[in-house]
Amino acid sequence: MTGQSEFAAALLDPARATPPGLTDGSGAPTTRRYDVYRNNVTVSLADALESAFPVVRKLVGEAFFRAMAQVFVRAHPPRSPLMMFYGADMPGFLEGFAPVAKLPYLPDVARLELALRQSYHAADCVPLDPAALGQIAPERLGDVRFIFAPAVHLLRSDWPIHGIWRANMVDGSPAPAMQPETVLVTRPAYDPDIAPLDTQAATFVATLMSGEPLTAALEAARGGFDPGPVLGLLLTSGALTALTPGD
Amino acid sequence: MFDTPPASLPARPGVGYKPQHYADILSNPAPVGWLEIHAENYMGDGGRPLAQLRHLTERFPLSVHGVGLSIGGEGRLDPDHLARLKRLVGWSNPASFSEHLAWSTHDSQFLNDLLPLPYTAATLTRVADHIDEVQTALGRRMLLENPSSYLAFAQSEMSETEFLRALVQRTGCGLLLDVNNVFVSATNFGTSPQAYIDAFPLDAVGEIHLGGHDEDTDDDGRPLLIDSHGKPVVDPVWALLDYTLARSGPKPLLIEWDNDVPDWPVLAAEAARTADALARVPA
Repeated sequence: MTGQSEFAAALLDPARATPPGLTDGSGAPTTRRYDVYRNNVTVSLADALESAFPVVRKLVGEAFFRAMAQVFVRAHPPRSPLMMFYGADMPGFLEGFAPVAKLPYLPDVARLELALRQSYHAADCVPLDPAALGQIAPERLGDVRFIFAPAVHLLRSDWPIHGIWRANMVDGSPAPAMQPETVLVTRPAYDPDIAPLDTQAATFVATLMSGEPLTAALEAARGGFDPGPVLGLLLTSGALTALTPGD
Repeated sequence: MFDTPPASLPARPGVGYKPQHYADILSNPAPVGWLEIHAENYMGDGGRPLAQLRHLTERFPLSVHGVGLSIGGEGRLDPDHLARLKRLVGWSNPASFSEHLAWSTHDSQFLNDLLPLPYTAATLTRVADHIDEVQTALGRRMLLENPSSYLAFAQSEMSETEFLRALVQRTGCGLLLDVNNVFVSATNFGTSPQAYIDAFPLDAVGEIHLGGHDEDTDDDGRPLLIDSHGKPVVDPVWALLDYTLARSGPKPLLIEWDNDVPDWPVLAAEAARTADALARVPA
């Protein structure tokens, strides 16, 4: 009697013996035939991770990534049939995976790749019409709060994740300078886009994303900050979907 | 309750839809008359996949083909996944919904493969209950696909065709006949693919799948074919399709090409071969 617990347990664990009760069709026991399923499961899950993390894969190399994927799928098997969202545990896994300890930026690169994938599948929204801002009385402008599109992500890193991403995905990009970077992920139409933000702009956007009004975001960003360019970026990239004027 | 005809897909060539073919399909679809998608790839919240699908459903009859429901699983069906499926089938309004005689989830762990089950009275009851649950949730008849098999279970009490026939009788579901799977399983077990077709309840077939397979060997060096969907359909499978159509009459025919996906002209040419097969069906 072969139960599915037994059949499933050995799929991701090469140390386990082939479950009993499986035959070649004529009654003879078989190992290689069971191994077809072992191979299908391992390869298909590693493929899913490869398509999710192309930059991580480039950084560690194809052979290393495939070997690492085998460790990952055993530690974090999928909990959902939606393969397009498989791998959410990768950043945490990379933080504790000793063989990549010398690449401390890897977890944040994985977070950026997850954000791009989430952005790609996020719900569609009608972007905020910039004219809506013009209808707010100037003295009330500071009270305005924005609703952000679900495709928008802000990632702060101690590492140059924007530079690393571009250097690996866009031909002719310069080598990244080793500095902290914050990346804004937006989705104009259907293709996610990334932009680096300086410290002040990053604080400004983070404050707005937390639901605070413009005044609070400007105060958080501190002196000499011109919000014009980053507000323009938010408006043209479809990052904002609505505003609420203050009471 | 679900005694409508097996499916309303047209008895014409169809292909498994791949996003890289989007523009080609819209500008130059011939000979393809309908499209099939994997349900799970269209369960995001929005973005390009859903936008493309919305547009394609205005132009082509659609088949939604699930790969993750785990109808053959020992556990209960995942209610979240069934709800997602209901939402997708609701808005895309496909001509057909199909799933597999297989399992892929165990203890909330998704294994991303179509895993085999023994054919017994107990598994028959369980699978029939799951089909009932799906058909009730979706409010429509579904098609169930025969698997490609690499091994058999000592505990099986009936043949696969007996099992499928009993499911049709108990649940009123239709069947998706994958003739490549028939050829793969028959080769792997040293049995006759024609005998399998002879025993198959062809009246219940609402769709036929064709795809490519890989060749390997088993423990004893005998051929072991592996369903891979990464190559052209081989000649013996085309011959088995002719054998089937001569008995079943015209059916909707689908080319499945999921790995190493070729450019559109190659896939369209493969679909054209199914049009030729349909043209050979005796009136």
